[in-house]
Amino acid sequence: MSDQAYTRSHTLPIRRRLVHFLGSMELAITLLLTLAIASVIGTVLQQNQPYTDYVIKFGPFWFEVFEKLGLYDVYSAVWFLAILTLLVVSTSVCVLRNAPAMIRDIWQLRTKVQKKSLKLMQHHAEWSAPQAVSVLTPVYQQQLKAQGFRSRLTEKNGAVLISAMRGGLNRLGYLFTHIAIVVICIGGLMDSNLPLKIAEWQGKLKIETRDLAIRDIPAESRLPVSDLAFRGSVSIPEGRGAEVAFLPVRDGYLLQALPFRIEVEDFRIEHYSNGQPKSFESDLLIHDPERDEPLAETISVNHPLIYKGHAIYQASFGDGGSELSIEAWPLDTRIGEQPVSLETKVFAESELRWGETTLRLEMTNFRPFNINADPTEDDPDNIRNFGPSIGYKLRAPTGEAREYENYMLPVPRDGREFYLSGVRNSPAEEFAYLYLPVDENGELDKFMAFNAALRDPDKTERVANAMMRDALSVLPDKDPQLEESLQSTLETLIKMFMRGGFDEVRNFVENELPEAERDNLAPAYLGMLREMLARMYFTEIVPNANPEDPEQVQFLQDAVDAIGSLPRYGSPVFLKLNDFEHIQSTGLQIAKAPGKNTVYFGCLLLVVGVFLLFYLPQRRIWLWLEADGSGSKVLMAGTSNRNPREFDAVFVSQQQLLAGAHGNSTGSGKP
Amino acid sequence: MISTELTQKNPRSNWWWPLLLLLATIGILAVYHSSLDVYETSILIMTAIAMGFLGQFWPAFRWHSIAVAVLSLLALQLYGSDLSRADNNFWLQYLLASQSALMWMSALFLAATVTYFTGLWRHSDYLEKMGTVLTWTATTFGMTGLMVRWRETHMMGEDIGYIPVSNLYEVFILFAVVTALLYLFYERRYQTRKLGGFVLLVISAAVFFQLWYMFERNAHEIQPLVPALQSYWMKIHVPANFIGYGAFAMAAMIGVAYLLVAWRHEKNPSSSWVQTMPSLNLMDDVMYKSIALGFAFFTVATILGALWAAEAWGGYWSWDPKETWALIVWLNYAAWLHMRMTKGWSGVPMAWWAIVGLFVTLFAFLGVNMFLSGLHSYGTL
Repeated sequence: MSDQAYTRSHTLPIRRRLVHFLGSMELAITLLLTLAIASVIGTVLQQNQPYTDYVIKFGPFWFEVFEKLGLYDVYSAVWFLAILTLLVVSTSVCVLRNAPAMIRDIWQLRTKVQKKSLKLMQHHAEWSAPQAVSVLTPVYQQQLKAQGFRSRLTEKNGAVLISAMRGGLNRLGYLFTHIAIVVICIGGLMDSNLPLKIAEWQGKLKIETRDLAIRDIPAESRLPVSDLAFRGSVSIPEGRGAEVAFLPVRDGYLLQALPFRIEVEDFRIEHYSNGQPKSFESDLLIHDPERDEPLAETISVNHPLIYKGHAIYQASFGDGGSELSIEAWPLDTRIGEQPVSLETKVFAESELRWGETTLRLEMTNFRPFNINADPTEDDPDNIRNFGPSIGYKLRAPTGEAREYENYMLPVPRDGREFYLSGVRNSPAEEFAYLYLPVDENGELDKFMAFNAALRDPDKTERVANAMMRDALSVLPDKDPQLEESLQSTLETLIKMFMRGGFDEVRNFVENELPEAERDNLAPAYLGMLREMLARMYFTEIVPNANPEDPEQVQFLQDAVDAIGSLPRYGSPVFLKLNDFEHIQSTGLQIAKAPGKNTVYFGCLLLVVGVFLLFYLPQRRIWLWLEADGSGSKVLMAGTSNRNPREFDAVFVSQQQLLAGAHGNSTGSGKP
Repeated sequence: MISTELTQKNPRSNWWWPLLLLLATIGILAVYHSSLDVYETSILIMTAIAMGFLGQFWPAFRWHSIAVAVLSLLALQLYGSDLSRADNNFWLQYLLASQSALMWMSALFLAATVTYFTGLWRHSDYLEKMGTVLTWTATTFGMTGLMVRWRETHMMGEDIGYIPVSNLYEVFILFAVVTALLYLFYERRYQTRKLGGFVLLVISAAVFFQLWYMFERNAHEIQPLVPALQSYWMKIHVPANFIGYGAFAMAAMIGVAYLLVAWRHEKNPSSSWVQTMPSLNLMDDVMYKSIALGFAFFTVATILGALWAAEAWGGYWSWDPKETWALIVWLNYAAWLHMRMTKGWSGVPMAWWAIVGLFVTLFAFLGVNMFLSGLHSYGTL
């Protein structure tokens, strides 16, 4: 970053050559561009993700190579910091080398120039004036002053030199911008995690990677209250408090102690009418041993609380362990027919046990309302409130889990109402929804009774028998063999349906029956199954209803659809949310940045410097006056360190002003 | 005598300009003082001062501002407080409702591009002047569109109103308007209209994108602000950034013109096209000025962004992809300026570098939102 190219460096001693190299323009530009390219890495490769994600992405070999290179946290990798340091050193050397000359240049008017050198300047002009030198000099100096130039007079054996300058502060622009870079980097270093790194290298600190309760976190992963910078976060449920923050480090964390306790009284989300969040606010109480009364303060996004150098930000929110009352309805009646009540909390785990089946229930989520587009439709504009919902996982003993999302309130659909339950096998999938039809009382009882009846062998047998008799009553003779076969077919059809829905029956027809009969038998089997299902419904569930009643027919249809998709639903229970106590938690980010003001000061320097540098050109003008008979000869020369093009015009206009300042004159200008 | 008219103010003719701005500022404060906080009031006053400064040596800017003010106030008057008048009031529907004004802007920018290039091709001063008039008109409509949209956001709901520079659709309009204003400034300063078509080309590209974004994605629909964007910082951070982006884009387009002329010049120095185009020196100079201006404002914008981040994200620097790319853009142009100012590089390599710079800038502006995730994900496609 020096104006002078480094010449003759090969003849200089090593130390000088090193300084030359460090202060050289080539190195500076190389460093600027290297830093730019290196910075790209961290934007392309997502930083500080769980290490397992990287292993999956790159495979074990490359994972380790990249880890060694520090690519998962590029911006605190040693080599990256080295580039930054080198840039700071290079800039500093440059400033140190050039500062004395630059500072001199701000004031000095350059009175030592010779006539010859003025004539060699790109911008110079000559003219004659009838007035004597002593008359001209004050006129010129006045004129220059009016144009914002500072000037000084020097006697040069027989001649007079007026040296003038404007915009000397331009040089300050150079100093400010370059010092600013150093200052900003130092400030940034003060706020970096370098001290932690050093402590880690010395073995004084250990990154904790396990998911532990706060009290179980070992001392070597804890940081005491100190003046060092940190940036961490903590999630606090409403009504609770915390006096620590978690600092994420690579694939683990450290625990930072705070000099005060933060208690969260309340967390609020306000919404716009379209359901988008409008504001997130937390009411905080700061308990500080040095205070008599706790400090009450509300923070929100863009409005942090600064307390004792700690900035406390509203960063996120989540569930703080909402209490949930759940009714577990068995779908598979081998495990029971009546619903079981269950009290649990978000993030709690419980065991669901029916006979030999054991499933682990992990409550993952609760939402007090869902203002969004219909999850089962494609229309993104049809936004409604779907009421509260719970999210949970059911984990089999093998470790496999399915994820469910159940809505508390029935959702209207084509004039009917359904309980919605979404299911998916992995977070990458979309939820597939089960629709459980709601009965006249707005409950699940009727549907559940129907589901139970279909699984009841006695009831199925009874209805199958009745249906068989009705069907065979048209035959003149009784055929016990046919009777038995038809009855067992009907029972089997129901069993197949319960096992795999209509698809199971279709598959059976596809795979088991001779090809010639398939086309005839398939509709016949499906017809029989439908008739059976209807008979089951109208005899076992609503014996007094009119089978023609469109509402009953519709309910039957919906129930059959739901039961047909139960095998794909994959859960032996349906969890119905009955009641909840919503407890939220607020996610606070807590940061301490002692270098912040240093950085801001550097930024101020940078901005002032950049504008001085670009928009305050340093311009110098010299006037060399010599007596010429009774008049004078004037030589004018000028330089500018910026915008030579613009200076062409400036020089010409200055020359005209000066030459015209005393009336008539003759001469030639050569800008 | 190219630039002295700029530095020599004519104090007699424009005493009324600062006075008008003063009255306008007092008027705005009188009407809206209850809804402006101290920061917003300062931003208002600073804006007035900046406009006063610009208008002092750029008469056309005064008339542009007055036209925008008159048209916007007219639109506000026509609207009253009923947003649905956009569809049933003739003047709003066809001229002044933000969507209509912006459609006019789009059409006029495209027309201006064609006119400039035709003028260049046919050696027609008249057409080139038409190009300037069209660009000014388009810019006026664009700025009016933004102003009216500002009011429209407030009419959407009491709590919704925001300055329309919050999402990709809105900033594309801002980009077009700012780039056009920068170009018009330099057009007057260097007294050449030959570069108009080239600069308008990048504006046209922005217009096409914005039209696609509107028709394909309904991006023009006003959506309330997410909490992170509800801050007075947006009013200064975003415009400062787009002065930077606009200036970098202009520099790159002049770089294109430079390369074309340099190429033709090498083949046939006396070709009539080379003769009509501004000298290589002049283009090199505009390119440098433009990058210097862009760099200065981009520096300010990035620092403002850091100050805002310190308030909203919990730290002035988080190596978020947007921040990092802003740094990359900054480093790139810092290197460019060092090469130019201290190593004295100029001409073809610097023109190429300016064009590459536009792609780096484009990635920082668009690519980060499209391909990378991070905190700054306000304008995703």
